[in-house]
Amino acid sequence: MPTPVTSANWLWLIPAFPALGALLNAALGLRLQRKFGKNIVHSIAVGAMVASTTVAWLAFARMFGLEAEERFLRDLLWPMAHVGSLELNFAFALDPLSMVMVLVITNVATLIHIYSTGYMHDEPAYWRFFMWLNLFVFAMLLLVMGDNFAVMFFGWEGVGLCSYGLISFWYTDLEKAKAGMKAFVVNRFGDFGFVIGLFLLFWTLAGHWSATSKFSSDTRVSGRIPGSATLLPAQEHGIKIGPTIDFRELKDQLNPEHNKAGTPEDVGIAQHLTHETIWGVPVIFLICLFLFVGATGKSAQIPLYVWLPDAMAGPTPVSALIHAATMVTAGVYMVARLNFLFALSPMAMGVVATVGCLTAIFAATIGFFQYDIKKVLAYSTVSQLGFMFIGVGTGAYWAGVFHLFTHAFFKACLFLGSGSVIMGCHHEQDMRKMGGLWKKMPRTAWTYLLACMAIAGMPWMSGFYSKDEILGKAYASGHLALPGLGATPWLGPTIWAVGLVAAFGTAYYMFRSFYMTFTGEYRGGTDHHDAPASAHHDAHGHHAHEPHESPAQMTLVLIALAAAAFGALFLGIPEAWTGHEPLFAKWLEPSLPAAAHIPFSETPKSVELGLMALSVLIGLCGWGLAHVLYFNNKSTVPARLLAQFPRVHKVIFNKYYVDEFYDAIIIRPALVLKEICFWIDRNIIDGLVNLVGLIVRIFANIDGAIDKYLVDGLVNFTGFAVMESGRRIRRLQTGHIQNYLYGALGGALVFVVLNYVVLK
Amino acid sequence: MDHPTTSTLLSWMLFTPLAGVVTITALVGTGIFAKSKMNELSRAIALFCSAVPLVLGIYLWANYDGASTQVQFVHHFAWISSLNVEYFVGVDGTSVSLVVLSALVSFIATIASMPWCQGKSHLDDHHFTQHKVPGYMAMLLLLQVGMTGTFISLDFFLFYVFWEVMLLPMYFLIGIWGGPRKEYAAIKFFLYTLAGSVLMLLALIALYYRGPLVPGADGIAHHTFNMLTMRDHAADYLVAPAILGVQFTHIVWIGLFIGFAIKVPMFPFHTWLPDAHVEAPTPISVILAGVLLKMGSYGMLRVNWAILPEATRWASYAVALLGTINIVYAAFVCLAQRDLKKLIAYSSVSHMGFVLLGMASLTPQGIEGAVLQMFTHGIISPMLFLIVGVIYDRAHHRNIEGFGGLAVQVPEYTAMMGLAFFASMGLPGLAGFVGEFLVFSGAFPIFQLLTILSATSVVITAAYYLWTIQRVFLGKLNEKYKDLIDLNWRERMTLYPLAAMALWLGFYPQAVLGLVHSGMDQLLRSIHAG
Repeated sequence: MPTPVTSANWLWLIPAFPALGALLNAALGLRLQRKFGKNIVHSIAVGAMVASTTVAWLAFARMFGLEAEERFLRDLLWPMAHVGSLELNFAFALDPLSMVMVLVITNVATLIHIYSTGYMHDEPAYWRFFMWLNLFVFAMLLLVMGDNFAVMFFGWEGVGLCSYGLISFWYTDLEKAKAGMKAFVVNRFGDFGFVIGLFLLFWTLAGHWSATSKFSSDTRVSGRIPGSATLLPAQEHGIKIGPTIDFRELKDQLNPEHNKAGTPEDVGIAQHLTHETIWGVPVIFLICLFLFVGATGKSAQIPLYVWLPDAMAGPTPVSALIHAATMVTAGVYMVARLNFLFALSPMAMGVVATVGCLTAIFAATIGFFQYDIKKVLAYSTVSQLGFMFIGVGTGAYWAGVFHLFTHAFFKACLFLGSGSVIMGCHHEQDMRKMGGLWKKMPRTAWTYLLACMAIAGMPWMSGFYSKDEILGKAYASGHLALPGLGATPWLGPTIWAVGLVAAFGTAYYMFRSFYMTFTGEYRGGTDHHDAPASAHHDAHGHHAHEPHESPAQMTLVLIALAAAAFGALFLGIPEAWTGHEPLFAKWLEPSLPAAAHIPFSETPKSVELGLMALSVLIGLCGWGLAHVLYFNNKSTVPARLLAQFPRVHKVIFNKYYVDEFYDAIIIRPALVLKEICFWIDRNIIDGLVNLVGLIVRIFANIDGAIDKYLVDGLVNFTGFAVMESGRRIRRLQTGHIQNYLYGALGGALVFVVLNYVVLK
Repeated sequence: MDHPTTSTLLSWMLFTPLAGVVTITALVGTGIFAKSKMNELSRAIALFCSAVPLVLGIYLWANYDGASTQVQFVHHFAWISSLNVEYFVGVDGTSVSLVVLSALVSFIATIASMPWCQGKSHLDDHHFTQHKVPGYMAMLLLLQVGMTGTFISLDFFLFYVFWEVMLLPMYFLIGIWGGPRKEYAAIKFFLYTLAGSVLMLLALIALYYRGPLVPGADGIAHHTFNMLTMRDHAADYLVAPAILGVQFTHIVWIGLFIGFAIKVPMFPFHTWLPDAHVEAPTPISVILAGVLLKMGSYGMLRVNWAILPEATRWASYAVALLGTINIVYAAFVCLAQRDLKKLIAYSSVSHMGFVLLGMASLTPQGIEGAVLQMFTHGIISPMLFLIVGVIYDRAHHRNIEGFGGLAVQVPEYTAMMGLAFFASMGLPGLAGFVGEFLVFSGAFPIFQLLTILSATSVVITAAYYLWTIQRVFLGKLNEKYKDLIDLNWRERMTLYPLAAMALWLGFYPQAVLGLVHSGMDQLLRSIHAG
């Protein structure tokens, strides 16, 4: 049965408010700010967010009132491109999954807007900041509310643009400008993959790839012209078959319920996708792989994670909103959204989970040695995103999304807390110059501590429930495969083990940051702060060098986020404790048709509880280690360890030289190639053109010379010859009669002789 | 005569600018106005005579029936009956979009040629808006006649006439009002295009004599230049005798293709473009990039694709390959540029590659994407050249490395440049995206490898644009430019309409696609039928 659609022609209001806010501030912001002050600027932006959030909650209420399988709201706005079999509409849709995302985005973004009114208070380009922030929310909502791949891609690229604008927000600092560019360009690599994956999917649905990778249209859905819509639509059991970019139609086609081999309801699309090959590779694996390349870009996974740490150049609220809570989760969201697709390829699932796992551990180790508080949080985000990919990769889709959900709160809380600290310490980001802030910034400290507990997986905070569900499901995953290795039943438990180590690392470096920042003695304030950023946007407290607590609009937001990071746990209390499915899983069920068909191995309840205990224990160990090494910053062990293993430290501190590696294998060759191309263009291609011109000119000159000296020369010579002979012959005309008589006589003699000779 | 006259609208669009040319030359000839008076008067005439076609063009767009596959707004009568040459103009969806585009771009270029509303910024006496004004305006209008005529002619002879008409004013506009190397650029442009025209002329004659015989106006059977008749008798050319041992359709196809490809411009015939752009005054670059390049790809669709479908199938892989080279190679060349205008010029080469790739795919997505790309490139590239013009008028150089940190000083200008750059790199929500997306999606099933190669350009394009933004606008303000003046009203009048179009088409490309859909459907049917 196809998904029933409930029309809701007011959904567009949710993204429209932030779009309007962005438009207003873009057009009038500067003038309004000059004339009426900053209040009007942030009133527009925050007002837009509040309105949007209200509509989002109304949508939730509407959806909540519907039966579970009917929870699909759609708002079709206008056709964008109807070309052949491609039907691209500008349309929004909400299902339980996107509803969760919309609520996270609108609510967290509203809080961060409010926080920003405090944090950015002294920024001259206040209006520009809020313009970008509103625009970002608009794009992010497009991303999650898009009814099809294209609208999603609008948002996908839109958030990239806003990320660019906000990372390079303080663009007079060239380093920050460069970070923005890096983020955008690296993401474009991902977008490239995303688009190719999409085309592969679209065309495979439309027909067949022959052994030589030639495409032939499926006559069931198309005419003889590839991509034409002559015979569309084909329907089977009420389900539209054939090429589509609509998520709903795709879901209906690929829903395992509609693809049970041998049953009369079987539409056969899943089988078609798994059996088709291109370039000798199963096409379903390639589709998922290319789409996942897109996800690694946006969600900062290996190999495209390199932009995220640099993205910390942006203002801290931006890091919280874009680079922790929302945008970077887009890749996770995409994989979860396409669960029915990824579930068809155990190999793709294996790749996703493995990349997630490697990223989780890799980023965690870099996090050990960072001193910049925002860099610690950045690597922790990369690592946590890895956990999410373990979730959606192994097929524990709801757990991955749940971790996305809880992470949005505690990581936003951590980032905003770090922002509060940075502001309190007068734009100091180096944790070695902090310390002892517990007493000076109690609200920030408390919320930071709670959020640390959440990320470290303490069972009284939500992070435990999401992370543990992911690791538990990874342990039970025997169904993954890897390219080249075939089925790999050992992969799940391995990922679990590595994930556990990463979780230990997470607890360690997060509490390390907490202790370095908040305990012991304050180590800053001795030297005059001269960070480049401070000159630009620091106008408060140039004289008060003592750290101070941030204003209420900031601390209240921190408290709200910490409360959410706690409260979210009630949505995910595991089945092993209560005997029924967690609320969050139940809510997402209609969006995740593939989830019920993932062959997780059965884990006895005792083992399950044991695993939980183990993961709490591991978290406590990490915490304990951090406590021993960094509490009150008294211990000298860290310094001695550094002295002992300088080389290890150097490699990890420099992020394993991955940036340098990319510089050598991608950027430099590209820079050389551009010079080669330009050289060819100037000297060979244009050289040829000029050569042709030159040859023509040489010919023309030769031609001219021939004309001048030969053709015209002959003409002139004729004239010359006549003149000259005339001139010479003129001398005969002497005027003496006797000369003429001699001549006549001579002539007569000649004739006589000739007559004599010839006639003889 | 089939296709009888239904409307004279197109002829009005075509000849209003010509009336302007005549008026200006006549007024200059009589010499009744003083020089400064004459300058102002010719500006006013040019503005009026390019505004009329725009208004008519909007009417045309609104009243064109997109569902029909017939040519519409036909104006048709016999011209030279001994050769059966006809005055035959009419439009299908593709030509509607391009006629309106040329009217719009010409009007914008005319505004950009006025020294009005300068605000605090100053134009010196050598500026192209200041010297030999009547001549400039007359040439600008004549250029518009040539472009419009090319897009609406349905008689091949007439098409060829307008194609050549366009050359002359372009030559003078670059050669007289251009930059330091204007003579070289103008001659290169002229000769290069003329070389293509010769091939086209030969092919035209071949098609004429091997084509069908139809009764002419005098009742005697004649060969015909009517492109629609040629299209309907495409099979006749398949049995025509070979030329130099090559199949007739193939060699004719190649001749025509090279003629058009020079205009596109296609690798390796593209090197006239950077020179012409760099030397041409801003409004001329605007027209050159916005409209003239599309004449090449339009010609391919109208002649090669429609009249020689079999040869088109035969050559499609080569066209796709050349398109791919255009896209990727030119993108790398962009990365190496130091002159801002040259960068934009090469980016045009790269973006026109998408048109070739899409047309070669012979799928609905590819070919309609190509037409959309023509239109959107016609909106975006004029914006880019206008933007370069703004900075050149003020700083008198275009060296990318010579600026730095301008965003602080000229925020509005920066925003416009950002918008144009992002539109050009195909950011969704702005016009460039959907065309590229459709081209890729249409080309993918046919040429997977070439499409993937071409798609790498999304990275390179982002890189060269963002790098340019970074070098020109970001970082510390270059002290030399601390008094730089932001956009004035004349520049706003040229940039804002285009920006609005870019945004509108970004979200509603169906506006163009709806026009071209049925025509392209018919074209593809005939190509795949053989």
